[in-house]
Amino acid sequence: MTDHFTVFQLKQDIAAGRVKSRAITQAILDRIRRYDSAIGAYINVFADKALEQAQAVDDKITAGRPVGPLAGVPIAIKDNLCYTEGLTTCGSKILGNFKPPYNAHVVERLLAADAVILGKTNLDEFAMGSSTENSGLQKTVNPWDKTRVPGGSSGGSAAAVAAGLCCAALGSDTGGSIRQPASFCGIVGLKPTYGRVSRYGLVAYGSSLDQIGPMTTCVKDAAILLQVLAGHDERDSTSVSSEIAAVPDYLNALEQAVTGLKIAYVPQFIEHAEAPVRDAVKAALELYQSLGASLVEVRMPHFDYAIAAYYVIATAEASSNLARFDGCHYGYRSPSARDYVEVYSKSRAEGFGAEVKRRIMLGTFALSSGYYDAYYLKALKVRNLIRKDFSEAFAKADCLMMPVAPSTAFKIGEKTSDPLQMYLADIYTIAVNLAGVPGISIPCGFDSHRLPIGLQIIGPTFSEDKLLRIAAMFESKTDYHLQKPDLK
Amino acid sequence: MSNQINRQQVERVAHLSRLDLTDQELDLFSGQLSSIVEYIQKLNELDTKNVEPLAHSLPVHNVFRPDTPRASLPTEQALANAPDRVDDFYKVPQILDDNSGA
Repeated sequence: MTDHFTVFQLKQDIAAGRVKSRAITQAILDRIRRYDSAIGAYINVFADKALEQAQAVDDKITAGRPVGPLAGVPIAIKDNLCYTEGLTTCGSKILGNFKPPYNAHVVERLLAADAVILGKTNLDEFAMGSSTENSGLQKTVNPWDKTRVPGGSSGGSAAAVAAGLCCAALGSDTGGSIRQPASFCGIVGLKPTYGRVSRYGLVAYGSSLDQIGPMTTCVKDAAILLQVLAGHDERDSTSVSSEIAAVPDYLNALEQAVTGLKIAYVPQFIEHAEAPVRDAVKAALELYQSLGASLVEVRMPHFDYAIAAYYVIATAEASSNLARFDGCHYGYRSPSARDYVEVYSKSRAEGFGAEVKRRIMLGTFALSSGYYDAYYLKALKVRNLIRKDFSEAFAKADCLMMPVAPSTAFKIGEKTSDPLQMYLADIYTIAVNLAGVPGISIPCGFDSHRLPIGLQIIGPTFSEDKLLRIAAMFESKTDYHLQKPDLK
Repeated sequence: MSNQINRQQVERVAHLSRLDLTDQELDLFSGQLSSIVEYIQKLNELDTKNVEPLAHSLPVHNVFRPDTPRASLPTEQALANAPDRVDDFYKVPQILDDNSGA
């Protein structure tokens, strides 16, 4: 039995009765037991529940009953998604004992598709970070080099997929949190258009930016998962109805060749990345050219302001969203609080980690009297300029290509002392969230330390079907996605 | 406008955020927030006089549904994660002063 399973192969094998979901689930649980103490991808593993779910799928198949599109496929979910099994911690002490009373929309969708949910993966606390080092609970390392970060904030999900500790995973992406860890761990990560997937049951960070998406070993698997996740949910008023954008058949779309593909690129963006990333992205563009695509040079004059706008908008939204952690309704309450003000201020001070406090403070500052116009309103106007940059680029081309991150995975501890340096590394991913457009990271090479490099492909709103097709073109001509880390 | 956030401002923001920070944290955040806010001044390089603010990217605005009653979270489930409770209520320290009423 091989160590890594693709969703598309496994679901066929299980549905045809060639393999049992219970056996595969058990094999992956064994791998988790063997390897995850060194990787730290999972915060919680639900072994008994997962085996029970797998057995139920096997029983259905034996009985000849119909099964869902993810029947028996073992999947991991980021621990900021509510699931009534176990706890939902968000990587935070303040939610260390939180047991959700309901399932997130995407969890309902996975369960309805007959998926097996293996457990919850580590993340930067409240998804705030780019390395998973901000988790208040545990450390996660990169399976390709255990002295390096897996990226973040969906670092646990990315590490689990790369190490074969699940077949696929869900992440969330507010400023790059699916794409950047996917790039660092050598897997596929898709951030859908804002509004494509319901955020109901996702613990909110930056509500106008957050989006849930799949993290997989190949493009086809991302298409299968997106099909399950996408669609309207009335419990999230920003989830888009089918009148505005119907959900296409993503898997079917993959079969159609992209002809006359036009790729926009900004030469400076590629030149500014570190040499191995720059060279791999250039080589990827050349490969697309050899497949008949044409390159269109574009300018995105406001892109350089995305980080500044993001760290105002995202933190402003976070300061408001995280006001709900009050030590009264759920979550941690400080035992030393003497009055009601201290219930708030001590519970929050003791429950939140440094990065979360920093972002709450920054957001509160940007929204406070006398600073609102100068910071928050200004950032929203710049956001509009950034969106215009994208629409102008998409008027000339089908998609944009650029690096996911300026470097490959950095060393653990390398950027923790200087938050601004950590923020600046998000340069290529953040603007995509501000504009609300979809972006995908796919493996496009390795550096001399054999660390994975990601290619980012960005498209207009609701163009996921086309993005997946464009990504599949590259994947079918390369074998980067087939290479796996050596865990020994 | 000064780029620096002084210690007094950080204390004020911590109070608004209901974060009971230690002296050490206040010192650390004064420095870090100053350098982040200084970086954010970059936004002022852009002329945004005739630009509309963009709160989110969707062509969706107010979303309405019929105002009909529906089931909500049962009391026991809603209280299951409460740090402290009494009967069907969340229990918190006294909020109103017996004398002043504030």
